[in-house]
Amino acid sequence: MKANWERIYNGVVKENPAFVLMLGMCPTLAVTTSATNGLGMGLSSLVVLAVSNVVISLLRKVIPDEVRLPAYIVIVASFVTVVELLMQAYMESLYASLGIYIPLIVVNCIILGRAEAFASKNPPVLSLFDGLGMGLGFTLALTLIGAIREVLGAGSLFGYDLPGNFQPIAFFVRAPGAFLVLAVLVAAMNALGIKNRSKKLVEGCDGCCATCATGCENKKEAAQ
Amino acid sequence: MKNLILIIVSTALVNNVVLSQFLGICSFLGVSAQKKASLSLGLAVTAVLTVSSLVAALLYQYALLPLHLEYLKTIVFILVIAALVQMVEMFLKKNAHGVYQSLGIYLPLITTNCAVLGVALTNVQNGYSILESTVAGLGTAVGYTVAIVLLAAIREHIDQEAVPAPFRGAPIVLLCATLMAMAFMGFASLG
Repeated sequence: MKANWERIYNGVVKENPAFVLMLGMCPTLAVTTSATNGLGMGLSSLVVLAVSNVVISLLRKVIPDEVRLPAYIVIVASFVTVVELLMQAYMESLYASLGIYIPLIVVNCIILGRAEAFASKNPPVLSLFDGLGMGLGFTLALTLIGAIREVLGAGSLFGYDLPGNFQPIAFFVRAPGAFLVLAVLVAAMNALGIKNRSKKLVEGCDGCCATCATGCENKKEAAQ
Repeated sequence: MKNLILIIVSTALVNNVVLSQFLGICSFLGVSAQKKASLSLGLAVTAVLTVSSLVAALLYQYALLPLHLEYLKTIVFILVIAALVQMVEMFLKKNAHGVYQSLGIYLPLITTNCAVLGVALTNVQNGYSILESTVAGLGTAVGYTVAIVLLAAIREHIDQEAVPAPFRGAPIVLLCATLMAMAFMGFASLG
């Protein structure tokens, strides 16, 4: 049990996917126009991450090494389709506002990355908790960024207007606002001395997922 | 014809894939340190995006729609893109070794570039025909190339500036992206 809680702590704090590992930047920037959208995206990713981690872990001895990446992609894509259809049926408005970014969970580096780095080497229960931890960390980060942008850009939080006479700055809910908020957050983390991998993000060798990692090795070879 | 030009302008400038759709951020931030490398990546993305948009549109029109399997589009598209990138890589390795040497290292990066899957899905959502989808793929890739080369040009200058310590690395690059995104917002009235 202790090992399971350690996975949750690892995902939320020590290796928070958005703030520390800097993975999954596309949804982090794109859907965080409001706290609700951030929460919705985070929870959808959490479900896909946890379920696909379990399935990949169960199949880890069956899947041949050479075709593991296509196999992982098919597993992840199936669960993403399930989540997408469920959301379309039961959460129409969230489905409409997240739009194309729901199917794009398939190419979210966090999911393939955890499959490759953790689920393919560990037993199912531990993998489930790893997925839950990473998913929770991602959800918290997205909700936080969404809350900041919604408060500044729309003067509300989770759709409820804030008290007081605050003039919202629409810039923050538009595209450039996403880049600005993330830039300031990372700079603040650097200033406070919180270790993160932002350097690797801009050096192109963040090895975010297996395929990117191959690209990196080739690049190193080419450089020599 | 007018329709196709509108699609190009809208995908390349108004709804720029990186700066307003936030697709392909990973490579946009990662491979923009040098102009030359970013141009190579841009060209590789252009080739893959144009071909994959065409193939995805063909598959959707002639396989998924007649069989009523539209809900499988995510799975089918991602597999087709992965296979396609592999084939482009093999083709270049065999027939154009010079091109492969300069582009090859970026090709694996493109499979997980969400722009490729994103465009295929957006085309379906917009109900584009096969020709329109291909043009949209090309326009998106042009927009991507423009954005990443511009960012690389800016970053080459930033390296020589005295940036405050906490802002070095990712934050300053994100700030550049902020300013570029603001500039691209100006294109919004074109649409």
